[in-house]
Amino acid sequence: MYPILFLSFSGLITLFLGFFQEGKWVKPATILFLAIASISAFIDWNKPGAYFFNMLQVNNFNLLLSLVILITAILIVAISDNFKEIEYAHSAEYYAIMQFSLVGAIMMTNFQSLIMLFLGVEILSVSMYVLTGTDKRNLRGNEAAIKYFLLGAFATGILLFGIAMIYGGVGAFEIDAISGTLASNQAQSLFLYIGLVMLLIGLLFKLAAAPFHFWTPDVYEGAPTIFTLFMATIVKTAVVFALYRILHQSFQNMHLSWSYILAGCIALSLIIGNLSAVKQISFKRMLAFSSISHAGFLLLGLLHVSKTADKSLLFYSVSYLLASTSAFGVLLALKNERTENGRSNENISVFKGLATRSPFLSAVLIISMLSLAGIPLTGGFWSKFYVLTDAANDQFFYLIVLALLLTAVGVYYYFKPIITVFEKSDIQEAITINPIFKIIFVLTTLGTLVLGLFPDLLYGMI
Amino acid sequence: MLILILLLLPLITAIAIAVIPGISGQLSKNIGGGISLVNFLIFIYGLIQFQKGDTVLLDYSHVWLSNANINFSLSADGISQVLLGLVTFITMVVIHIAGSFDYKQSSLLYILILLTESALIGVFTATDIFLFYFFFEISLIPVYFLALKWGGENAPKITFRMFVYTIFGSLLMLSAIIFLYTKGQTASIQELAITGKALPKNVNILLFLAFIVAFGIKMPMFPFHTWQPDAYTESPTPATILLAALLSKMGVYGLLRIALPLAPIGWNQLGIYIVILAIFGLIYGSIIAIKQNNLKKILAYSSFAHMGLMAAGILTGNLSGTQGAVIQMLAHGINVAGLFYIVKIIQDRTGSRNLEGLGGLSQKAPVLTVLFMIVLLGSVALPLTNGFVGEFLLLKSVFDYNNTLGVIAGLTIIFGAVYMLRMMQKAMFGQLLPANENILDVNKSELMVLVPICLLVILFGMFPNLILNSTVEAAKAFTQLMSNI
Repeated sequence: MYPILFLSFSGLITLFLGFFQEGKWVKPATILFLAIASISAFIDWNKPGAYFFNMLQVNNFNLLLSLVILITAILIVAISDNFKEIEYAHSAEYYAIMQFSLVGAIMMTNFQSLIMLFLGVEILSVSMYVLTGTDKRNLRGNEAAIKYFLLGAFATGILLFGIAMIYGGVGAFEIDAISGTLASNQAQSLFLYIGLVMLLIGLLFKLAAAPFHFWTPDVYEGAPTIFTLFMATIVKTAVVFALYRILHQSFQNMHLSWSYILAGCIALSLIIGNLSAVKQISFKRMLAFSSISHAGFLLLGLLHVSKTADKSLLFYSVSYLLASTSAFGVLLALKNERTENGRSNENISVFKGLATRSPFLSAVLIISMLSLAGIPLTGGFWSKFYVLTDAANDQFFYLIVLALLLTAVGVYYYFKPIITVFEKSDIQEAITINPIFKIIFVLTTLGTLVLGLFPDLLYGMI
Repeated sequence: MLILILLLLPLITAIAIAVIPGISGQLSKNIGGGISLVNFLIFIYGLIQFQKGDTVLLDYSHVWLSNANINFSLSADGISQVLLGLVTFITMVVIHIAGSFDYKQSSLLYILILLTESALIGVFTATDIFLFYFFFEISLIPVYFLALKWGGENAPKITFRMFVYTIFGSLLMLSAIIFLYTKGQTASIQELAITGKALPKNVNILLFLAFIVAFGIKMPMFPFHTWQPDAYTESPTPATILLAALLSKMGVYGLLRIALPLAPIGWNQLGIYIVILAIFGLIYGSIIAIKQNNLKKILAYSSFAHMGLMAAGILTGNLSGTQGAVIQMLAHGINVAGLFYIVKIIQDRTGSRNLEGLGGLSQKAPVLTVLFMIVLLGSVALPLTNGFVGEFLLLKSVFDYNNTLGVIAGLTIIFGAVYMLRMMQKAMFGQLLPANENILDVNKSELMVLVPICLLVILFGMFPNLILNSTVEAAKAFTQLMSNI
C-alpha cells in the first residue's frame, strides 16, 4: 500500500522539480523516489491485510509483484535520457506521469475490489495514452496516441460494463465475495457470463492478446522507444496478474466456461504474433508482434487453475522484462544511428556490423534475443517450461504442441537481428556507451543468464 | 564429482577468457588447448578408475529445480564413456586445427569451441531428461556462431537453415518430453521408461515419431538431411568437424537413450519403417557421394550414409547393432575429423577443393598421401581399421533383423569403397597440375594431429575389444529394456 501513497505524492513533487535548474534533477529524483517506494513496500512485509475499505489486498506475493514493477521502472528510468530527442520536451511531466502510471499498475496487481481494478486500469491507460503521444512533432507518434486512446477508451468502457454486469450477477465487487458466491451456487446467472466475457475482453485488449491486438504494432512503433519498453514490460505484467486474480482467485469455479475463450485467444495470439513478426523490417514492430506471442504464452500459464500458476507467471514476467529491457535498451543505445531522412534508425538493419563496432552491445542483444526465443541457458527457456508444464493436461495438449512449433517460427525472426549483427558494415567507428547503460545491461544480461542456469533461485523464492 | 569437473572446466575457462580483458587470440589458443588436454587426461584418469570398479567418480547429482523434481544428474556408463572420450579428444584436435589456420586471431573462436565441449559432455552424460534437452539444444549455439562468423559467403543463410531445422526438431521433442513428464511426474530418464511403456499405443507412436524427427534431423537421417551437405561445406573446418564428428552423434545417442526406451511400443510398431528409411538414406547418400566433385561434399554425403547405418543398427534393438553403433560412432568421429582436416590442408595448399583442380599430389606430398590413405581406409571399413568392426556388427544386426534389408545395406561396402577410392585416386594420384608444382608436404603441426588419428584408426581396428568389452554391459542393459515390451 505504501508505494501507492508515496508515488502519488512523489509524482506531484517531480512535476515541480522541473522548474529548478532546467529540470536536471528530475531523473535522479525519480530514481530516488522509485527506490524509496520499493523500500517502502517492505513495511507491509509479512503483514497481510486489506486497505482502503477492503478494496486493496496486501500480502507478500502482491508486494513482490509491486517490487518487480518498481524495479523494472527504475531500470527503465535509468536508461531514459531526459528526452533530448523530443522537441519541446517537458521531461518533468513525463517522469511524473510515469510515477502515476505505476500507481495504477500496482493497484491492478493488488486489487481486491473490481472498482480498484477499474481505477488501476484507468490510471495506467490514461498515462500510457499521454506518454505515447509525447513526441508531438512526430506524425507516427500522434497516430499511435490517437489509435491507442480511441481503442483503449472503448476497451475500458467494455471492461466497466463487464464489472457492472458481474455486480448484477453476484451483488458484490470483491473477488473473495465473487468466488464465495460462485462456490455456493451451482447455477450462475447469465449476467455473470456476459460480465466475465466483457471483463476479459477489456483486459485482453490491454495485454495485447489476439484478437484484440490490432493497436499494438502501430503504437509500439510510434511511441518513443522508452515508453514502448514501458508498455511491453510494466503494463503487461500488471495486466497479466490482474487476469490471474480474476480468473484464478474469483472465477476459478467457472473454469470450464473461460478456459475455452482463453484457449482460442492463446491459439490466435501465438499464430498471429509469430507469423506476423517474420516479415517485419522494423525492430520495434517485430518486438510488438513478439509481444503478442508472449501474451499468448502468458495466457497459457493462466489456462489451467493450478497451484503453481502464480509462480510460473511471475517467473515468465521477470525473464521477459529482463530480456525486453536489454533488447529495447540496445536500440536506445544506438539512437544516434540515423536513416537517410534523419530519423533514428529503428530497423533491424541498425545492428549491421555491431559485432565489430561494439562486442558488448552485440552480446547483450544476442542474449536477449535468445531469451525471447526461449533457447536454453537463458531465462526464456525456463519461463516457457514452467508455463507449459502448468498448462499441460490432456484437454489442451494440442495448444502446447502448437506453442512449441510456433516457437520454432519465433527462432526464425529472433535470429534475424543476430545474423545482422555479424554482417559486415561500412561504418567501422566504435560505439560509445553511457556507463549507466553499461550497468543496466550487465544487470539484465546477467539476470537472464542466472535465471537460465539456476531458475530455482527465483522460482524457489516465490 | 569427476564428471562435473569435466563439464565445468571448459565452461569456466571459456567464461574466463571472455571476461578477463586483454587475452589475445594466441594466448587463448594456448589456454584452450591446455585445458582441453587437461580435460582429456582427467577423462583418462576417470576411465582407469572406472575399470578398477570405482564408479562414483563418474556420477554426480544435485537438485536443480526442486519444485519441478528436476535434478542436475550426470552419469557415465560404458557407452557414455566412449562418447566422452571422443568429445575430449576431438576438442583437442579442433583447437589445434583452429589455431594452425589464420582464422582471424580471435579468442571468441576458442571460447565457442570450449563451450561446445561443455555442452556435449552434458548431453552424453545427462540422466535427467530436461538436463539432456538443455544441453542438446545449447550445444548447437556455439557451433552456429562459429559457422556464422567464419563461414563461407553463403554461411548466414545456410547455417541459419541448419539452426531452424534442428530447433524445429528439438521443439517437437520438447513437447513429447513435457507430455511424458506430466504423465510420469518425474524427469529421470530411467523412470520415464516405465511411464513410456505404460502409455497407450497411439500416444506411444506419436511420441516415437516426435523423437525420430528430432534426432533424425540432428544426425541427419533421410529425409531430414537437406540442411547437412551445404552446412558442412560452408562452415569453416573447425565447425564442420564439430558438426560431423560430435554433434551428429547426439542424434544416434538420443535414439539409443531417449527415443527407443521412452517410446518402446511406438518403436515396436514403426521401427521397421524407420530402419527402411535409414537404409534408403544410406544407399542414397552413397550414390550421391559417388557423383560429387567437391571434396567436402563427398565427405558430407559419406557422413550422411554412415549415420544412416548407425541409426539402422540402433533401431534393430539387438546387441550387435547397439555395440556396432557405439563403436562406429567412435570410429566415424575420429575418421571424419581426420578427413575434413586433410581436405582443409589440401585446399590450403592448392586453393581448390574440387577434384578437377587436384591430382598427382602424391608426388609432392607422399606423407600426406599415406596418412590420407590410412584414415580413408578406416572410413571404407577395411579389416584392421577401426571402421571395420563397427560396420561389420551393424550389417550383421540389420541382417539378423531382416535378411533383405541386410543385403541391401551390404551394398554400402561397395559404394563406400567406390566414392572414397575415387576421391583418393583423383586427388592424390594421376597427373599433377602445373599450378600445384610447388606444394609442400605436411608440416610438424599437422603431423601432431594426423599421426595420433592414424594410430587410433589402427589401434581400434586391431583391438576392437577395448571398446566392445567396456560397452557390453551398457548395451546389454539397453537390449534388455527393448526386448521385454
